[in-house]
Amino acid sequence: MPAVGNSVARKDGIGKATGSAQYADDISFPDMIHGRTIRSTIPRGRVKSIRFDFDRAGFTIVDYRDIIGRNSVDLIEKDQPFLVETEVRHMAEPILLLAHEDRERLNAAHVEIEYEEQKPLFDPEQSTEVFKKIDIVKGDVASALAAADIVVEGTYRTGHQEHVYIEPNGVIAVPEEVEGRKGVAIFGSVQCPFYVIKALRCLFGEHPPIRVIQTETGGGFGGKEEYPSMIAGHAALLALKSGRPVKIIYDRTEDMVATTKRHPSIVRHRTGVMRDGHIVAMDIDVLMDGGAYVTLSPVVLSRGCIHAAGPYRCDNVNIRGRTVFTNTPPNGAFRGFGAPQTQFAVEVHMERIAEALGMDSVALRRVNALRSGDTTATGQTLREDTSAIMVLDEAVRRTDFLRKREQYKGTNRALGLSLFYHGAGFTGSGELHLKSRARLELTTTGVRIATGSTEIGQGTRTTHAQIVSDALGIPYEDVEVAQPDTARVADSGPTVASRTCMVVGKILEKCAIEMRLRLNGLTPAQYHAKHGAFSVEQMYEPPDWIKWDDAAYRGDAYATYGWGCDVAEIEVNPDTFEVRPLKLTAVQEFGRPIHPALAQGQIEGGTAQGLGYALLERVVMRNGAMANSQLTNYTIPTTLDMPEVDVVMMENPYPGGPFGAKGLGELPMDGPAPAVVNALRHLGLDVREVPATPELIASCTAAA
Amino acid sequence: MRTAISELEVRSAASLGEALTILRDDQRTPIAGATDLYVALNFGTLEPRRFLDIWPVNELREISMKGATLSIGALATYTSLIRSPFVASRLPMLVEASRQVGGPQIQNRGTLGGNVANASPAGDSLPVLAAVDAVVVLRSADAERRVPITKFYTGYRATVMRSNELIVAIEVPPVEGRQWFRKVGTRAAQAISKIVVAGVRAEVPRIAFGSVAPTVVRVPETERSLAAGATIEEAAQVLSREITPIDDLRSTAEYRMRVATNLLRRFWIETG
Amino acid sequence: MKFVLNGASTEVNAHPMARLLDVLREECGLTGTKEGCGEGECGACTVLVDGEPVCSCLIPVTQVESADVVTIEGLGDDHPLQHLFMNEVGAQCGICTPGMIMAAIALGPTPTLDDVKTALAGNLCRCTGYSAIYRAVLKWRGIPDATASAVP
Repeated sequence: MPAVGNSVARKDGIGKATGSAQYADDISFPDMIHGRTIRSTIPRGRVKSIRFDFDRAGFTIVDYRDIIGRNSVDLIEKDQPFLVETEVRHMAEPILLLAHEDRERLNAAHVEIEYEEQKPLFDPEQSTEVFKKIDIVKGDVASALAAADIVVEGTYRTGHQEHVYIEPNGVIAVPEEVEGRKGVAIFGSVQCPFYVIKALRCLFGEHPPIRVIQTETGGGFGGKEEYPSMIAGHAALLALKSGRPVKIIYDRTEDMVATTKRHPSIVRHRTGVMRDGHIVAMDIDVLMDGGAYVTLSPVVLSRGCIHAAGPYRCDNVNIRGRTVFTNTPPNGAFRGFGAPQTQFAVEVHMERIAEALGMDSVALRRVNALRSGDTTATGQTLREDTSAIMVLDEAVRRTDFLRKREQYKGTNRALGLSLFYHGAGFTGSGELHLKSRARLELTTTGVRIATGSTEIGQGTRTTHAQIVSDALGIPYEDVEVAQPDTARVADSGPTVASRTCMVVGKILEKCAIEMRLRLNGLTPAQYHAKHGAFSVEQMYEPPDWIKWDDAAYRGDAYATYGWGCDVAEIEVNPDTFEVRPLKLTAVQEFGRPIHPALAQGQIEGGTAQGLGYALLERVVMRNGAMANSQLTNYTIPTTLDMPEVDVVMMENPYPGGPFGAKGLGELPMDGPAPAVVNALRHLGLDVREVPATPELIASCTAAA
Repeated sequence: MRTAISELEVRSAASLGEALTILRDDQRTPIAGATDLYVALNFGTLEPRRFLDIWPVNELREISMKGATLSIGALATYTSLIRSPFVASRLPMLVEASRQVGGPQIQNRGTLGGNVANASPAGDSLPVLAAVDAVVVLRSADAERRVPITKFYTGYRATVMRSNELIVAIEVPPVEGRQWFRKVGTRAAQAISKIVVAGVRAEVPRIAFGSVAPTVVRVPETERSLAAGATIEEAAQVLSREITPIDDLRSTAEYRMRVATNLLRRFWIETG
Repeated sequence: MKFVLNGASTEVNAHPMARLLDVLREECGLTGTKEGCGEGECGACTVLVDGEPVCSCLIPVTQVESADVVTIEGLGDDHPLQHLFMNEVGAQCGICTPGMIMAAIALGPTPTLDDVKTALAGNLCRCTGYSAIYRAVLKWRGIPDATASAVP
């Protein structure tokens, strides 16, 4: 029986269910002390003075002057400091680090900081500091708009979203000696150990040996993609100065206030459409609030803009994107990475276009949905693995959408639909630039996978082992997966962008094929006994047909796309305006599932996060920081908030993926918010933003 | 956990007598289910550092009928309220309210006495108790007194309790009329209420609201207007003068006012 | 002070106002119980005290004097519910899993889907959307699959 395509026993073992799995805060080292971050209490200004109002005996204190390399978190730009020098650009910006072995003394230490305050900028629409501009041009939008039968305009907004991984950020930095040189090992809850290496190299220079080891990670969702570089740098600074292991674990409030969130967006559509439903022009303006430093905003904007026209064909498209500075904690990666924002906008806009035409919105989508051979906004010609119509048809059929929607008219129940897609892997030439590698090592009993890809609950260990098992032709039980330790594994690129199974899995497949040839019929045990160990390392080769022009933003944006159609069935309480989701149907095509149960879990979980985004999760900003920074006040869905989720996994293999698999992790995030808001529209509620809170819905209805 | 544990001090009492003796001579903050203790300490809203643990005082757990009065011991947890046939019979809306407090873990520890003493304007049981004119039984080492719940609160998180007193029981007199309860939370479980309403439909209805004023409130003018035969629209006008909802992290004054009116109407229709 | 921990009489020296969660994780060395929020909202710290699921991040350790405390470690490493959580993918990242299991373990023998949802309403999961957790728990109680599953 092949491993791929079956829900085999997971490589995680039973530790997560017995409590023995080791997350960062479960681990201790001899002589370990605790670290704390002293953060700014103003959103903009300069530090005038710092005074320590406590007995400093036993404390390690670090400020920017302790940095021997460069005080920059090296990501896309080097604009974000690890520690404030004088200029403060956001609330909760790290200024100083303290460490002590006694946590009470550590927490009681009072640092008095005097600031010269300046007027902060919070409104992205007022911001003139642009981190990145993108302009996607196809055809002639101006003429097409002029020639259109009608033009429909609309502005749509999405707010911040907080990841709420149930395990907050945490790391332990442990000084270690490597070949006589003083170095440091970082153990921590991270998605991208090699990103942390890159950032620490900048912070410390080339000299100290540094390695990063991923501990069992209690959720990431993008919130541990780039942020851990900051906390790891802090812990390392304290560890190297004190000579002792330093543990920094954020409590929930600090994590919510100080770390990254999903970029808020404002998206404006002007769409030219003909009476028969053909969309002839799409003019789209995308604005994203990046917060105080660049971090990953350019790439979030990029993905958002590329998906902004939705899964639709149109000969004339202009998408203008900007991501701008505000004096708020920097926003960053969050599952979906720009696409949930822009696809929310386009899918709600599609309903309004249908209304304006007097046309059924399913029919409107059917007319305009992308098919094989069509070109996207960036001019990419879609290949056979294009499934917009397939998922749309299935979702409509399965939910009896047309009949039920009609039946619900005049009641307080409604159905809403969203059609969406999600590019898998890094954009354009991104995968080429990453030069991701994977390594397979022969052992005495089988093989060991040595990649930098991290298990964060999505099934990395298991799906990689399944792919190797089948490609190599050895039992699944004989494949082990090394814990990601940057000193011992290949740099497979970050665990993000729905690439871990599709891209890194593909490299592993290549490794397995090469190893199989070399084994030449022997089992690994036999080969090892006869010839000893060997390893195979390969680099990712993107499909040779991918052509992408980064300057013009044209060409093949992604090697392949996942496709989805969600239908939300909801009920609105006429007294309280609360929305009760009754059922959510998620039809998703992602090549084919490597592990069906894990894949279903991705869809069910992503759908829950999407429902939270749609209805429940609101970040309240006051004076440039999250005011509702407790789980009491930032509300993610509980069991009682979740409706039945009906998952349909459809197949349309991607030839470039391992065993036909495409990326999946982010696709489910794009569908729920527009599906829910489109259901509200069918109740006559003109909602154009999320979260669609009861307060917002109440304001959409006239007082009785 | 930000609060320094070493600064906290606690004594445990094994009996009510012991507890009251300690409180007679010593200023301590009683703790029972403690579901709000560390939250308040860490948030900075609880200043006291010296505590009296009354969790072991089993005599305060009893739920029983004392003649025609339902007597609920102060340490009755939400779970025990949910399971009590006496509560189900006399005050089913308290069962409903208890089911909507937090989740099972909170219901297993949170106590009715704690909810009353904590004096949050959003306390879920408080409108229920106010709507039935429940009585808070307070005891000190030397005396016992009874205070109607409607007179128990003097302002935002302020009560008439003296530092040497404990709540020992909540007494619920017979209730004539249909009971009605609705909590609007921030989500379906583990939610602080944005607005909470309890009502008893009788010739003169009794209606109480939470989260729309600094304390739980009855709305006597609205009650009288309904009793006098006003339309619901007229009563809603009166209601808008009796409650003072605010904007906060969870909701808005406008929403709360509008929903309060809708729920008043719904109460009237459903109990009519 | 003394209490029964996972069936064994245990004495701890912790400050009486130390959180039960910290005493379990530090003095007792049992790190299976997790801190997700410190506010009693996420349930990752759930343990049984006298048979009832409670949030150990909210309980001063003095209050479990003489009580019967059971943590995830008390179930051993071969409990059928633990296996089901892994096989049914009721655990993805796993951080909520110990608390989720301790909340579920107190369920009666024939829970409905609604009973399961209610019993777990105080446990937050960000990975699974809960469906697979229901499948694991209902399967443990031998109740046919109420929600569709990809696991045959």
